[in-house]
Amino acid sequence: MSFLLEEVKQSDSIYMPIPARITAVSTLTAEEKLFTIELPHELSLEHDPGQFVEVSVLGVGEAPISITSSPSRSNGTFELCIRKVGDLTKVIHNMDRGDIIGIRGPFGRGFPVERFRGKDILFVCGGLGMAPLRSLVNEVLDDRGNYGRVILLYGARSPGDILFKEEIREWDARPDVAVHLTVDRPSDDWDRKVGVITTLFPDVQVDPRNTVAVVVGPPVMYPYVLKELKTLRIPKGNIWFSFERRMKCGVGKCGHCQLNHIYTCQTGPSFNYAEIEMLEEAFS
Amino acid sequence: MNFKIMPKSAFADWVDRLIGSYRVVGPKRKHGQYVFDELRGVEGLELHYPTSVLPPKKYLVPQKEVLLNYHLDGSRLEIASKPEPTVILGIHTCDIHALKLFDRIFSQGFTDQHYQAHRDSVILVSIECLEMCGPNAYCRDMGTASATEGFDLHMIDLGDVYAFNIGSQKGADLFKGFRQAFDAIDTDVDQINHVLATKWDNFPYRLDFDVHEMPALLHESFNSTLWDELGQKCLACGSCTQVCPTCYCFDVTDEVDLLMEEGQRVRRWDSCQIHEFAMVAGGHNFRERLALRQRHRFMRKGKYQMDAYNMVGCVGCGRCASACLAGITPIDVMNELCARQQCSELEPFASVVAEVAA
Repeated sequence: MSFLLEEVKQSDSIYMPIPARITAVSTLTAEEKLFTIELPHELSLEHDPGQFVEVSVLGVGEAPISITSSPSRSNGTFELCIRKVGDLTKVIHNMDRGDIIGIRGPFGRGFPVERFRGKDILFVCGGLGMAPLRSLVNEVLDDRGNYGRVILLYGARSPGDILFKEEIREWDARPDVAVHLTVDRPSDDWDRKVGVITTLFPDVQVDPRNTVAVVVGPPVMYPYVLKELKTLRIPKGNIWFSFERRMKCGVGKCGHCQLNHIYTCQTGPSFNYAEIEMLEEAFS
Repeated sequence: MNFKIMPKSAFADWVDRLIGSYRVVGPKRKHGQYVFDELRGVEGLELHYPTSVLPPKKYLVPQKEVLLNYHLDGSRLEIASKPEPTVILGIHTCDIHALKLFDRIFSQGFTDQHYQAHRDSVILVSIECLEMCGPNAYCRDMGTASATEGFDLHMIDLGDVYAFNIGSQKGADLFKGFRQAFDAIDTDVDQINHVLATKWDNFPYRLDFDVHEMPALLHESFNSTLWDELGQKCLACGSCTQVCPTCYCFDVTDEVDLLMEEGQRVRRWDSCQIHEFAMVAGGHNFRERLALRQRHRFMRKGKYQMDAYNMVGCVGCGRCASACLAGITPIDVMNELCARQQCSELEPFASVVAEVAA
């Protein structure tokens, strides 16, 4: 068994996609589908939670997509949660079991789970941020005994936009996970909170000395969440973000994902606040 | 240093011999300006050109470059063929310094094999500038008005003869079997040193501060109101980045033939000045405002590349100023930042000092 990234690096082009097979497709919401991907024989992805792959279709193009399955559950396959938002993702949404897509990666720095062990974990998630965050949540839950309290704050536009509803229901039912949900636009039968993600913070008490916060969501959410986490007095080095940028090439060359001098696709997308607080473009 | 001396009367023969073995390109006059273009003979080659519209980077990172060729059904997926061996004549030293930055960028972390293939296929023959090429250049300030490495051959015009500084075996091989290039003797070396040493009066400084202070100046200027003023002027055309010898950002797209059978994945020059450059699929644009895009460009040139690659991202060629439709010039921008920040009080970056001294 060898790693996909080694295969890509050893080809004569770092831009050469490896053909992989879609083995399952399921619909999550009106805009998002979940794809299970199988790499060619003898290749494994070996990713960290928070990393991404470049996904491509010949004749259409290529885009960065975060890996939503956890390393702990990658039995030769991995999962991508893909929102239909551009030309490429529209084509992928029309694909089915057995179709071939191109994969490069995994790229970037994921979340350093080894630094999280023994800590209470506060997940703060907005919208499509659940796609990369689910990888880390399941990694933590599959090794539950090595972590303290696990709290999830998740905000979505509406109940229909909540991703992985079944899985979140299961997490919510567990005694060792606290799940707090909010939506901007409730349906008639919505019995949880209404409002932006920060409306969930008054319900949360943490021990700041022993808590790691992991924040994944749209850029507009970050300054507000950061303010709440500072109020909770969580140390800067224990506040982790995943930074969305336009990671066109994935290999630190094309320039689109630059955040100050940093190529987000290489040094990130996971950063702790201590690493990026001096970078003016981080929260722009 | 190892020099060859060639009478100018033999130069045409030498170029003809090169054309017999390589694609040879060099600066030629076109519509009143100068462009690097393929040579059929020495005729049309203008070694005493002020500057070229585009730098020779176009031979290392072409405006449009095929990365992959494929059949849409996936039955064929191949890496594009290797570029042909090319001698680039008449490169100014600012552009040689720029390629040193490219070499670092395209090899650090992941190696970009497509760049590497171009790099391996070119032979760089640079030429010493003996006077400044125009009012927009500030190569003296940036330490790029001469070069001691980074070329395969480096020419110095000594009047009746050219001296060639041999920078590599690839360069030395261009004289193989050519009998009109001679090893330099002591009097030749004396003349080379004289020409080099006396050229500096022709290269005035144009920045009001030392290049060592540039990263700190930009750091202190992050919230300057000047960026908004530039944003008011900038037309977001991207000309500045297209002509820049140190700009390499690219977009990758797929192109399909009319039969919808064969396709190519290509990369093209992109520009951080274009509206969509930093926009993600969901619609958020990290540099929506022109002021932020102008700031990013100057930060990248004078500070970010130093932070990331330990080299300044500008070589002072002045092409961006010549190309700018709105009259934005780096000399004016940098000097205005300096005036507003009182840059004599800034701390120089130790790493810049080391790099410039090296």
